[in-house]
Amino acid sequence: MFAFIVRRLAIAVPTLLLLIVFSFLLMHAAPGGPFVSERGLPPAVLANLNAKYGLDQPMWRQMLTYVWGIVSDFDFGPSFIYKDRTVNAIIAQGFPVTLTYGAISFVVAVVAGVSLGVAAAIWHNSWLDYLAVGISIGAQVLPNFVMAPILVLVFTLWLGWLPGGGWEGGQWQYLIMPVVALSTSFMASIARITRSSMLEVMNSNHIRTAKAKGLPMRKVIIRHALKPAMLPVVSYLGPAFVTMITGSVVVDMYFSTGGIGKAFVDSALNRDYAVMMGVTILVGTLTVLFNLLVDILYAWIDPKIRY
Amino acid sequence: MVIDSTKMKSLADRLAGDEVKGRSLWADARKRFFKNKAAVGGLLVLLLVLAFAVFGTSIARYSNETLDFSVMGQIAEKGGPSLANGHYFGTDDLGRDLFARTVQGTQISLAVGIVGSAIAVLVGTFYGAFAGYVGGRTDNVMMRLVDILMSIPYMFVLILLLVVFGRSIIMLFMGIGLISWLDMSRIVRGQTLSLKHKEFIEAAEATGVSRLTIIRRHIVPNLLGVVAVYATLLVPLMILTESFISFLGLGVQEPLTSWGALISEGAGTMNYGTLWQLAFPLFFFVITLFAFFFVGDGLRDALDPKDR
Repeated sequence: MFAFIVRRLAIAVPTLLLLIVFSFLLMHAAPGGPFVSERGLPPAVLANLNAKYGLDQPMWRQMLTYVWGIVSDFDFGPSFIYKDRTVNAIIAQGFPVTLTYGAISFVVAVVAGVSLGVAAAIWHNSWLDYLAVGISIGAQVLPNFVMAPILVLVFTLWLGWLPGGGWEGGQWQYLIMPVVALSTSFMASIARITRSSMLEVMNSNHIRTAKAKGLPMRKVIIRHALKPAMLPVVSYLGPAFVTMITGSVVVDMYFSTGGIGKAFVDSALNRDYAVMMGVTILVGTLTVLFNLLVDILYAWIDPKIRY
Repeated sequence: MVIDSTKMKSLADRLAGDEVKGRSLWADARKRFFKNKAAVGGLLVLLLVLAFAVFGTSIARYSNETLDFSVMGQIAEKGGPSLANGHYFGTDDLGRDLFARTVQGTQISLAVGIVGSAIAVLVGTFYGAFAGYVGGRTDNVMMRLVDILMSIPYMFVLILLLVVFGRSIIMLFMGIGLISWLDMSRIVRGQTLSLKHKEFIEAAEATGVSRLTIIRRHIVPNLLGVVAVYATLLVPLMILTESFISFLGLGVQEPLTSWGALISEGAGTMNYGTLWQLAFPLFFFVITLFAFFFVGDGLRDALDPKDR
């Protein structure tokens, strides 16, 4: 197991370095420097600005400084637009918010999705099954950016039950709509995957044996069916995490929750490359770490896997 | 032994005749596909949406760029959908005809979906077939690269690309094409691995056909089923990606528009009582996505009847 984790890390580290180098090169491939848009700067001021941000150094040097800053003390450097703030400060402000509703959405999606899928498989061809299939087909075409306006329309504008946006330190009424908007399509996908894999497992030999020896249905499901049925779900969690973190950008924009998604889109519109890179690299790191976790979980659940 | 040449002739004819009359995989699949009501319905919806995109411009009474000054400033009262003033879908908050805008958005969204999917088919098929057929270390390196690219949160990188190289529609096509082929190459590689040891490939190798020709002439044609199914399912995903970016205002720019941009506009103005701005683009978005998913599922079931 240890060797397996080391081997996975050996892939994870180059992936991250590649992401950092790629985004760095991309940023420097941009036509014009970050201060081109500030018209009428005297050459001396421009030179000073470039020197302050280290842009007068040769490129390999800048890249080394940047990568070393991230590796040694997780420092993404200063923002190019907000002169008094570092990228770290901007991320530190938004990240806890994203983490809060992101984690809640993730748990909601997994718990609700798995329960719905298992229930649908156990009561195959019942109304519950049809409901689950209906939801999972319907939610395919209701991604977060469609859910968000619909939720606001119904619960804020028509019913007036929930505030249409804001965060207020994460009070529950501000959390509901972001969580529902973010988790619905994953919940549906997880339900669909769980249902089909559960149906397959329930038809397998070891379940028939368990039933034949007279175990109560509850025990058959919990002890024998659930674990093997979870394998496809676990391997879906990696991609789900990526899409969810991407979806948080829409949530931040639409519900004004103030997470890092807002910082990312603002920096994209302002061409604040430092913040964009910082967020991209942070998200990349999280993704790689999460995938590592999923792989370990997978190896732990599946006794057949060689590692 | 004397061979009765006339009898042989008739046997040969009959065999050839049977060969012609016999149902091919594709004929079989077509029959199964047309029995699937959801898939046929989806295909019908797609044809209608396509017709809307193609002929919509000539039906619209206004151009997508003309501002209607008679409704401007009173959109909520006068800009609603009406047959009388020719704004079938109403107007947007600037007084532009929403019907014409929806037609334009449909054209662009469909184009993005189809181009993205086409790039995935071209690049993904050859990449996957090459990696799978050549195998060994080449395969290892090529697929590791795909693994690495897949573990990158591509939406962020795509937005980075759009910001650095300018938010043009060409860049959007390229950016989406850049990431769309990864899954395709994995699926194609898997399929190639199972084809690789079939007798007809062995025969081609024995007669000295070159690697690239084997891939082009013998592997790729046998992958068509998988590729067709996956390409159909990929179109809605590409449309979703594009709409997501356009919803954030980072995708297609005015005066161009797409479903995502229209939904974003509609969502932004819905509390002024102009719900039609959200409803019409959303309707087209939802039915098209549904239709693509149903057609894709139908194709898969038709081509692979045992895998239900």
